[in-house]
Amino acid sequence: MKELTVDAKTENLDRVTDFINEELEARNCPLRTLHVIDIAVDELFGNIANYAYFPETGPVTVRVEVKNEPLCAVITFLDRGVPFDPLKKQDPDITLSAEERGIGGLGIYMVKKSMDGMRYEYNDGQNILTIEKNL
Amino acid sequence: MTINKQQEGTKLVVALEGRLDTTTAPQLETEFKRSIADVTELVLDFAKLEYLSSAGLRVLLSAQKVMNKQGSMVIKNVNETIAEVFEITGFSEILTIE
Repeated sequence: MKELTVDAKTENLDRVTDFINEELEARNCPLRTLHVIDIAVDELFGNIANYAYFPETGPVTVRVEVKNEPLCAVITFLDRGVPFDPLKKQDPDITLSAEERGIGGLGIYMVKKSMDGMRYEYNDGQNILTIEKNL
Repeated sequence: MTINKQQEGTKLVVALEGRLDTTTAPQLETEFKRSIADVTELVLDFAKLEYLSSAGLRVLLSAQKVMNKQGSMVIKNVNETIAEVFEITGFSEILTIE
């Protein structure tokens, strides 16, 4: 397992993405799967950066691990911001026209649909959000 | 992300290269604000775009709304990952993808 702690700021997204990609590329993660994971990382890290400590900022720790049987990437985000369970967020209506469309909730919805597992817990003052993607 | 523009009259072709994500989407938003006012035909070339996140979808949606009023918008050369994003989010129904 590898771990990186950065300030929860959108400008740190590239660092987080590179950190995760380096780990997964070393395990021969297929490029398409890697991109799907990168999108999920963008959505989840982006959310934490924009909302967790608003209007201040604070630390976020990202852990990445590859498990066997089945071969699976496990990525965990830990922050000490406001408690927020993204799994409780209502799914957006994806059948609306361009004019009627809002964009809220779309990112988390995409993560839910594209990952093989997603779980949330609030423990010891920490949001702990984990996603899993089979490789 | 790199943005390459090519204008012929009121037709504008915008080719994106890299990732359209939380950090780069504001770049595209600024570009659209600056350059699509008099455009009637907007072509987005995604041949070199790796993927996009919801931050990118937001910018595409607002461009689509503008172009619905003043002309057309077409997205070309979408890879499988991006096609999947459009499919999951229902954007494949809103956008014109060639």
